[in-house]
Amino acid sequence: MIRRLLPFPFLAASLLIMWLLLMQSVSLGQVLLGALVALVATWSMTRVRPVTSRITKWGKVMRLLAIVVMDVTRSNLAVARIVLSPGARQHSSFLHIPLQLKSPNALACLALIITATPGSAWVQFDRGSGMLLIHVFDLVDEDDWIRLLKSRYEALLMEIFEP
Amino acid sequence: MNVAPDLPVWAAIVVALLVLGGAGMALVGSIGLLRFGTFYDRLHPPTLGTSAGTVLICAASVVCFSLLGTRISVHEILVVLFMTVTTPVTFMLLARAALYRDRIEGDPGVPRSDG
Repeated sequence: MIRRLLPFPFLAASLLIMWLLLMQSVSLGQVLLGALVALVATWSMTRVRPVTSRITKWGKVMRLLAIVVMDVTRSNLAVARIVLSPGARQHSSFLHIPLQLKSPNALACLALIITATPGSAWVQFDRGSGMLLIHVFDLVDEDDWIRLLKSRYEALLMEIFEP
Repeated sequence: MNVAPDLPVWAAIVVALLVLGGAGMALVGSIGLLRFGTFYDRLHPPTLGTSAGTVLICAASVVCFSLLGTRISVHEILVVLFMTVTTPVTFMLLARAALYRDRIEGDPGVPRSDG
């Protein structure tokens, strides 16, 4: 019963919180309206049949978030320095990385992380062979990059999404 | 509407530094977009504006409106969240479109379909 009424409890809660934040009010009227929006949106989501992931390791999620914030900050500074130093020659290159990650949600997260980081961009992923193609702005050591991406992100994402 | 006088001096300085920092990051990103030669290189610098630039300007907004108003203003977090989630989609689409075109044209600078 509760499952039918609330097929995606986490999504519904997020939508309600988003609604209240946007309205900047927690009055009864806004809570009811937000709840209605959240319910209708989650009901319509059942028609799309998304691939759901059950996330239980919130500690790992927090750790991944902290790593991403740190890496994005560092990458921001690195790219800004290259742009601002007039004679700097950076060596940009494509890079193939074999992935073991299978869960579509985990892959979407990895794509967001890699592209949100200024120094790297997700270009193509072949689901069959698990080969990922990214473009790196300033490539110093290929193996270093592959090792970093696999140990920093892929391992954590596998623990979060594919327990 | 002039709201600046209500803000204490230290807060005005913090807000100004955050806004300038964010705008500076966006500017550096735009300079990078102009400076570099290939399409794939140009993909990277604008992310400065969508990551650090957005975060700093939203932080300035949080500080400013939390102090001016009676309650903490946090809905700027949504701006950061949605910017982070949506802009990579555009970047990926652009990169894939460029790669598709370059492969058809036989550009030696891009990798073949499978490496």
